[in-house]
Amino acid sequence: MNSKHFLVLLFIGLFIIACKKSEPIQYKLEVFLGFQKPVNFPEPVYNFANNKITKDGFELGRMLFNEPRLSRNNTITCGSCHIQSSAFTQHGHDVSHGIDDRLGTRNSPPIMNLAWSKAFNWGGGVHDLDTQPITPITTHEEMDEKLENVYNKLRAMPKYSKKFKAAFGTEEINTARFMKALSQFMLMCISSNSKYDKVMRKENGASFTTEELEGYNLVKEKCASCHSEPLFTDGSFRNNGLGISPVNDKGLYTATLIETDKYKFKVPSLRNLKYTAPYMHDGRFLNLSAVLEHYNSEIAATPNLDPLLKGNKMGIALTTTEKTKINSFLNTLNDEEFIKNPLLAEQ
Amino acid sequence: MLYHRMQLYCYAQLILNFIIKMNTIVKQFLLIIITISIYTSCSKKSDPTPAFEEKNLAPFSIEFDNIVGDRTFSINNTGSLYTNAAGEKFSISMLQYFISNIKVVTVEGKTYTVPQDKSYFLINGADKATRFTKVEVPEGDYSKVTFTLGVDSLRSTMDLSKRTGVLDPAAGGGHDGGGMYWGWNSGYIFFKFEGNANVISDDVNGDPTGKKQFKYHIGGFGGYSAPTINNIKTITVDLINAGIAKVRKDRQSNVHLFVDIMKVFNGKNSFSIVAHPNVMFSNYSVNIASNLTELFTHDHTEN
Repeated sequence: MNSKHFLVLLFIGLFIIACKKSEPIQYKLEVFLGFQKPVNFPEPVYNFANNKITKDGFELGRMLFNEPRLSRNNTITCGSCHIQSSAFTQHGHDVSHGIDDRLGTRNSPPIMNLAWSKAFNWGGGVHDLDTQPITPITTHEEMDEKLENVYNKLRAMPKYSKKFKAAFGTEEINTARFMKALSQFMLMCISSNSKYDKVMRKENGASFTTEELEGYNLVKEKCASCHSEPLFTDGSFRNNGLGISPVNDKGLYTATLIETDKYKFKVPSLRNLKYTAPYMHDGRFLNLSAVLEHYNSEIAATPNLDPLLKGNKMGIALTTTEKTKINSFLNTLNDEEFIKNPLLAEQ
Repeated sequence: MLYHRMQLYCYAQLILNFIIKMNTIVKQFLLIIITISIYTSCSKKSDPTPAFEEKNLAPFSIEFDNIVGDRTFSINNTGSLYTNAAGEKFSISMLQYFISNIKVVTVEGKTYTVPQDKSYFLINGADKATRFTKVEVPEGDYSKVTFTLGVDSLRSTMDLSKRTGVLDPAAGGGHDGGGMYWGWNSGYIFFKFEGNANVISDDVNGDPTGKKQFKYHIGGFGGYSAPTINNIKTITVDLINAGIAKVRKDRQSNVHLFVDIMKVFNGKNSFSIVAHPNVMFSNYSVNIASNLTELFTHDHTEN
């Protein structure tokens, strides 16, 4: 083979590569690393021993997350209310917007750092991530479908038979495999690359500005007893003094029937607030200034108000300057890499 | 004792006959046949209790025969209504309940627990084939059975791969239909009983859809991280009076229980349908769950 032949072959080769979609090639080059605990995070609480994350399992979960057949009339996916660009929330909707334009009563929470979550939903009731998807799939206002119908729809699709076989060694779709695949995807939705994380890990000399640092200190002083580092939630359920809405959502009480749980909701993380407005379990506050003003002056003395918000003056006193500094720090918790991570995007 | 005596007698007879010295082979053969038949009949009459051996398993079942007060149970009995103690007439459209964790106790007090993986059953009133909980227990004579009405808390929170068959959260469709799982508050519905009664109003205090439906979905395993209502009921039935279960390999011993659904209303916490047409995950469910322990009576045992 002389150099001319070689050049021709090379040219043809390049031509073939150019003809192929660039995206799959790039994707194949990525090595799937599985679940990796960020160094500044604690040990996860999810039981990985029962569900080892694999490339195929994760990819299957991602397919299912974006599969409209999970809903009764094949219109709603998990991703409909958990949009990646909104840090897996439904940005702009106070309460989630499901099948047939039905409205729920709560704001869709982010799919983020769930491996560290001990309880799910604003009002609790679910303690195992593997059983969480049952709720949105079967709820009247969300996907309104029966699990067995979902499996039957997927069984008719060769791409799922193939992927279940690759992920679990069998084509057979059952509850455990279906749910565990979804868990694998959700567990990989880790947000740990905000400026805050980089400062904490001392990556590339990252550091806070003066205002951010002052904001950080204020958050540690005034917010961290509930929004504790590094997840910026302690995972507890508390009544943060929201006035009772006409819906009269009793929060955790609905699941426990314990009187002292009335009006308690899960403490949300402060990560990615830039992408997840509106705020609170019913999305009543459209922006962060409304949230900060709530803590400053609008705390309502409803039953079981958190003791940390009680005192001579209810709530958390905040001056305008303090609010600015806190906002400045909260901005360092936004993780653009997370909302743009191609691995987590619908393929 | 009787058994040994008869056996000795049989052998003695055989030996005696040999001493007499039968001359023909035919005679000897006939004699042996007769002797063996006597021997066999001896052992049958004695019916010894086999030694209790955990691995010596034999078939055993408990039959959950639903009744409604003095009448047989039937689904959609709209043409012949039942009447509870409050005088309310009603029909039944659905009855399903979990029976699990079956345990048996011998006359001598030895206990055997059926391996948990084989000990979950869903009794469906509309499907007679589901009324038997077929398990295996060691050969023996049993005077007591114990079972759980519902699903234990451990299994309720176990990894999904350990919750298959009737425990699959996908089984039976959603909880609005025949499903026995609450997704929003992870856990099983232990006892699901629905029907219709004309006393039910058409407003929010009754059935706003106008179908005059009552629904009792009783569940609650005690909570995952904090104690919540626990409606798991353990039922023990004494078999002495109505017949112990003689479990042997060559037969199907069946403990026949009557399950009186009327006791849901007429038990010690009696209530009227009109006062409580819908009870699901609420504090009142504890009262109904307490009535559920009165449902079971032992009618007889088929050995």
